[in-house]
Amino acid sequence: MYDIKKIYKATSVQDAIKHLVDDPNALIIAGGSDILIKIHKGKLAGCSLVSIHDIDELRGVSMQDNGDIKIGPLTSFSNLSKDHIIKRYIPVLGEAVDQVGGPQIRNIGTIGGNISNGVTSADSASTLFALNAMLEITGPNNSRIIPISEYYLGPGKVDLKNGEVLTAIIITKENYEDFTGHYIKYAMREAMDIATLGCCVTCKLNDQKDTIKDVHLAYGVAGPIPMRCPRAEKSIIGMKISDEMFNTLGKIALTEVKPRTSWRASKEFRLQLVEELCKRSLKEAIKKSGGVING
Amino acid sequence: MAKVVLSCTVNSEPQQIIIDDRDSLADVLRDKLHLTSVKKGCEVGECGACTVLINDEAFDSCIYLAIWAEGKEIRTVEGLMDADGEISDIQQAFIDEAAVQCGFCTCGFIMSSMPILESDEEYTRDEIRKQIAGNFCRCTGYENIANAVEKVKEDRMNNKK
Repeated sequence: MYDIKKIYKATSVQDAIKHLVDDPNALIIAGGSDILIKIHKGKLAGCSLVSIHDIDELRGVSMQDNGDIKIGPLTSFSNLSKDHIIKRYIPVLGEAVDQVGGPQIRNIGTIGGNISNGVTSADSASTLFALNAMLEITGPNNSRIIPISEYYLGPGKVDLKNGEVLTAIIITKENYEDFTGHYIKYAMREAMDIATLGCCVTCKLNDQKDTIKDVHLAYGVAGPIPMRCPRAEKSIIGMKISDEMFNTLGKIALTEVKPRTSWRASKEFRLQLVEELCKRSLKEAIKKSGGVING
Repeated sequence: MAKVVLSCTVNSEPQQIIIDDRDSLADVLRDKLHLTSVKKGCEVGECGACTVLINDEAFDSCIYLAIWAEGKEIRTVEGLMDADGEISDIQQAFIDEAAVQCGFCTCGFIMSSMPILESDEEYTRDEIRKQIAGNFCRCTGYENIANAVEKVKEDRMNNKK
């Protein structure tokens, strides 16, 4: 039995918001694979919860009329990986979340929870940063849409004010159309592990498939929160695919990241991963776009 | 905290159980329904010993609140028994392949393998390993466990042809 002070099972978004407003100390529980563990370990013992687990309107993936893709934040990692729209238009996101934990965790864990607990190592986060995901946040009086980069306020802290619920993750058409991407999770084990470093690159090539038209580079665990490397991106836009281009990307990325030493890995090792993984991810992304590496 | 009534189906039988809304599903299955195949190992969703099927998907029942099981269909190893009380092919395969050592992880592994065995799709050895990667065997008998699952998968696919 969990040490929970009280738990309310919300039946709709509005119902959840109402109960969150009534009890400002209540936490939102979605899949529970972070919250329940923190309760078990005592960190959140005695907390009040509002469960959004049963709000089916927050599940699933849909294509909007304008071509944007809307992801319900309660969509589990496994359902996201299996989803036809994701497979067809944003396969990199399905591949990234297929590397979370193990099968049971991917069945219970939700993409909204993954970003809303604010940790830098979340496997979906770097990919959502690379995709310039927009987040719809619904509160008692209105709803607002913000870029994911503004959602993260600090480690473990996201921009959810009292009574607010993350209600949609939106990937706009211009951020997936003609882009291909690749995510690398560097971890000590192939399953049930947390990323030592995560790196997602999405790119768009020119018609000749030999020049980078656009590139997005994002990391997890390269700083206190997931991050992009805008200077590194800019430095290779318009460059021909070459060793020089890969090296430029890696070198400039190193100047933008701020990894630290933790029990999982040293800062020095993470820096080496930052430089190496962006090249490997970009190479794979280029190949998926039909580009050729080394000539 | 509050007492609530949970209505769900467990191993094909409809159940109405009075539970505490702080109970995990593992607590309810073990303590209220005495389904002790559901093992509590790590209790934080890392070892997979408490794996059960909820609407045919594998979940760690230790980190699944029982109140979420309302209206759902839950299956445990006890439910694999046939009408004559015989064990199922996958349980027999675990015996035949010596995939059981201390036995604590066995029921969890069997439930994790069910979505593979009940799927119409082919699975490679690597795909099988990936699907049972959320279960720990501290006796480290992984090869024999994968052998047992692979064997039953092959048999079931052949029987379908």
